[in-house]
Amino acid sequence: MTSRDAAIRIRGVSHQFGEAGDKQFVRALADTSLDIARGELLCLIGPSGCGKSTLLNVIGGLMTPSRGSVDVAGKPVRGPMPRDIAFIFQENALFPWNTIVENVRLGMLFQGVPKSEHETRAKKSLEAVGLAEFADHYPAQLSGGMRQRAALARALSLETDILLMDEPFGALDEQTRMILGEDLSVLLSRTEKTIVFVTHSLGEAVFLADRVAVFSARPGTVKKIIKVDEPHPRRPEFVTSEKFTALRNELYALLHDEIRKTVSESASARGGG
Amino acid sequence: MEFRKERVGAGGRAVQIGFLLVLLALWYLATNRWGVNRLLLPNPISVWHQLLDVLRTGEYLPDLRVTLTELAAAFSLSLTFGTVIGFFVSRTGYTIRVFDPLFAGIYSIPIILFLPLYVLFFGLGPASKIALGATISFFPIVLSTIAGFGNVDRTLVTAARAMGASNYHLFRYVLLPAALPVILGGIRMGFTVALLSIIGSETLASLAGLGHHIVQLAEGMDMPRMFAYIVFVVAIAALLNGIVSFLEARGRRWA
Repeated sequence: MTSRDAAIRIRGVSHQFGEAGDKQFVRALADTSLDIARGELLCLIGPSGCGKSTLLNVIGGLMTPSRGSVDVAGKPVRGPMPRDIAFIFQENALFPWNTIVENVRLGMLFQGVPKSEHETRAKKSLEAVGLAEFADHYPAQLSGGMRQRAALARALSLETDILLMDEPFGALDEQTRMILGEDLSVLLSRTEKTIVFVTHSLGEAVFLADRVAVFSARPGTVKKIIKVDEPHPRRPEFVTSEKFTALRNELYALLHDEIRKTVSESASARGGG
Repeated sequence: MEFRKERVGAGGRAVQIGFLLVLLALWYLATNRWGVNRLLLPNPISVWHQLLDVLRTGEYLPDLRVTLTELAAAFSLSLTFGTVIGFFVSRTGYTIRVFDPLFAGIYSIPIILFLPLYVLFFGLGPASKIALGATISFFPIVLSTIAGFGNVDRTLVTAARAMGASNYHLFRYVLLPAALPVILGGIRMGFTVALLSIIGSETLASLAGLGHHIVQLAEGMDMPRMFAYIVFVVAIAALLNGIVSFLEARGRRWA
């Protein structure tokens, strides 16, 4: 891949919280470089605290890294870029005092979409996620899975080239996750969006991603990148295929050592003081 | 999200009304049957006649005007300063940690003790009541404003920023609706304590106002008329609190 094809270029990004010597000091991310191609779905997976969410926030301009830089659409990221990037968070990012359709409209208002387009775009994106009938419900009246669909509709209505998803299904039960994953794969295969998707789930990563970036234990960096060569939209049968199982096992082996490392480190840190 | 308060139903309402009727009956029996001195406790029927007389003559108007003007001035001051200062304090964790315990500490002392000082500074007229009422009602308003704006879910703020929300958008569509229910509770509390402290301080040191008039009647041993005025003030207070509660409920829906 030449760097011109890259929708997102990450160069030597490191991040630490607090100052060296502080009690709260954490080196979250160490010298990470990565190119993410236009239209690609890249999953970030790794042990807890490996800095994958930090990297996502750095890409989205919500955090300034201690070192290194990120370019999005050829421009260096210095803050939120609402025209280029939409976020989907783990949960509770819908405004509870607004209905679903009001939430979608507010996103467009914030981004600066002309008022005349709000109605058609809101309708289109709610239909895309299958929530058209629930437009006038409040978030509290919907299930966790439906709320995440609504958050996805809000992000889609912004029509950005890039979608950053921070464990969007992390708070949902296994069955709901599976269905949402399948729907997401279908939905996204129709768009040309570049997507970075943080997850804890090996299966979710293999099922959704074009490439999976496996992170090392803290301070995290990309340990290995696994390619998933399977056309989109992914079919439910893919989950039971040998290819899926082989990829999942490969990921598991890579992650297992890192998770062990994380666990023993936190145990010794606790024992030592 | 707020849930609507459950209504007590007809049975509960009957108990509430029955309780008040029993109190009224005890009052009547105490004066008419059990021989309680009428200088200490007037007969409810004579109080009723006096109340009708007060209302008919309209003699309460000058005092009512004084008290309501003091209340309006004091409440406007505490509302303005409480919400504005509370908002700016809530903007950083550092200012919250400095000012929140400070305000909460001052709020916990009985500020009415400073009434003599207020009278020295502002005189016996309305100014000292306004200043005291504004001081006392400032604290619940500023504290609830800090709590309301200070506890907005960070995820919502981050999400709004990521979508390109301007400072105005953030305030109008995220911070205000999140904080308003908490702030409105503090505003209602502030209104109540403003009314209490103004009428209270009128009874202690003043030249006019409903509280002042009640004390004058007491000093003249005109017990039935004094009780009539107390009933009148209670009705006014209940009416004002009803209006404020109604506005509070409206404000919650609007957010």
